[in-house]
Amino acid sequence: MTGGRGHGGGHGRGLLPGRVQFAAHLAGALTPARPPAAAATGAGREGWAPLPRRAVRARPSGRGLPGRAKWALRAASLLVPLAAWLVIGGAQLVEETFLPSPAAVWAAFTEMLADGRLVSDTLASLGRVGAGFGLAVLISVPLGFVMGMSAAGQALFEPGVGLLRYMPASAFIPLLIIWLGLGEASKVAILVIGVVFFNTLMTADVVRKVPGELRQAAATLGATSGEIVRKVVWPHALPGILDAMRVNAAAAWNLVVVAELVAAESGLGYRIVRAQRFLQTDTIFAVLVVIGLIGLCIDVLLRVLRDRVGRWSA
Amino acid sequence: MTLALRDVGKEYGRLRVLDGIDLTVAPGEFVCIVGASGSGKSTLLSLIAGLAPATRGTVTLDGEPVTGPGPERGLVFQSGALFPFLTVAENVAFGLRLLPLPRADRAARVEWYLREVGLLPLAGALPKELSGGQRQRVAIARALACEPSVLLLDEPFGALDVQTKEDMQLFLRQVWLDTGTTVLMVTHDVEEAVLLAQRVIVLGCDPGRVAAEVPVTLPAERPLEIKRTAGFHALRSTVEDLVRANMSTR
Repeated sequence: MTGGRGHGGGHGRGLLPGRVQFAAHLAGALTPARPPAAAATGAGREGWAPLPRRAVRARPSGRGLPGRAKWALRAASLLVPLAAWLVIGGAQLVEETFLPSPAAVWAAFTEMLADGRLVSDTLASLGRVGAGFGLAVLISVPLGFVMGMSAAGQALFEPGVGLLRYMPASAFIPLLIIWLGLGEASKVAILVIGVVFFNTLMTADVVRKVPGELRQAAATLGATSGEIVRKVVWPHALPGILDAMRVNAAAAWNLVVVAELVAAESGLGYRIVRAQRFLQTDTIFAVLVVIGLIGLCIDVLLRVLRDRVGRWSA
Repeated sequence: MTLALRDVGKEYGRLRVLDGIDLTVAPGEFVCIVGASGSGKSTLLSLIAGLAPATRGTVTLDGEPVTGPGPERGLVFQSGALFPFLTVAENVAFGLRLLPLPRADRAARVEWYLREVGLLPLAGALPKELSGGQRQRVAIARALACEPSVLLLDEPFGALDVQTKEDMQLFLRQVWLDTGTTVLMVTHDVEEAVLLAQRVIVLGCDPGRVAAEVPVTLPAERPLEIKRTAGFHALRSTVEDLVRANMSTR
């Protein structure tokens, strides 16, 4: 209630009780002709220069882009690098061994497709991702729920998970080969290590963000703790969990190729190492493109699933 | 169906929020609790709902001590707290689905309450598609579907615009007349309290306590125009003065 004191204090008006002065302030605001209040509040205002206005302003909403322009830009983002590749390759600026032409890459691709190597390698890599990523999700989602819902769970797991998360999964490869050998087990283990900690922490965050009011509302409607988890926390967290899975699926897909580079008898990563041995850069390029396209497909699938599940969120 | 509070107190560490609250709500009554900010009126409601334990005294419903939340004390939040991933009908059915109830019986009950709150055409809509007033109607229907002994409302219309608020006030009064449910409502809006309640409890501050109790001596039939009558003005002024006189001095 001492809002007026700052203006009046230096002019002897500080003697007025704050409340009365505030009332005078209000009265001034309500009267169009401003004599008394202006005198009370604005001893210095007449001397002020007009406030400068800036000429350049932000456009907070941004400008919409017409659909055709958007598609043109999307096409350009793929076609321009492709055109550059064609030009550089066609002009023989770089030796074919280092930068194969698009035609050579296409030929390598169709050859691998025809003799079945591409399909079997892709299936081998996808199988490993399915097992490793699937196992990681099966561990991390319940663990994330415990961390997100209980303070004890948070205190117990956060330090360990937080530390392990910063150890690069690829650095575990030598150790896992010593422990588990060169077979499938070590590759699945790499994927689990690479995904489980991140996915746990992200799931815990999503679970923590479920509004407490919804849990309270469920309790006042008669739900038990278990029912609150199943009927409120789970459905509310599910879209966020799928978001986390989408991010971590990309990591898993990268990691499986890394694991196959080091030690494997099959898979897309193995195919790259083999090609390197015989300087088949066209094959390496072809496999890289396939890896990228499959990753994109996984991402789109999970996004479609997430959008279906999360229709309710604004 | 009698709700009784005896010498109820609540402290958070050293901060005493409520002290020595004695309050009885009779079956079928409509009681409003008003008070300035800091009078602990929302805390009081959460003690009755069982969402927080009282540090002193007892809360009983029909002689049974309240130990936790339960559907016999339905609570309506200011935000509505609807489950955003469920449709309107599924929200109303939430409490019923937890009970061993034949599907047809459940469907009939959900339909009855949706019709009562005027939202049958929106049964399949999601909460994000509703207006603020519609959301509160769903929240009220959801609590009522569990047939609570007492319906608790925590500033249920505080976030609504004035016209919607008036509609909702008439609506709540009608629901009370239709269902005969005991209603205990917390509000900071004195006019709302006088318009709706049979009895207004004024809480004082530092710590929260029952400062006064004002019986609302208005006819049972209360259209909005009643707000312009002298009797209404007098009551409203009385309660407003009591709230001001018991404001926080901090």
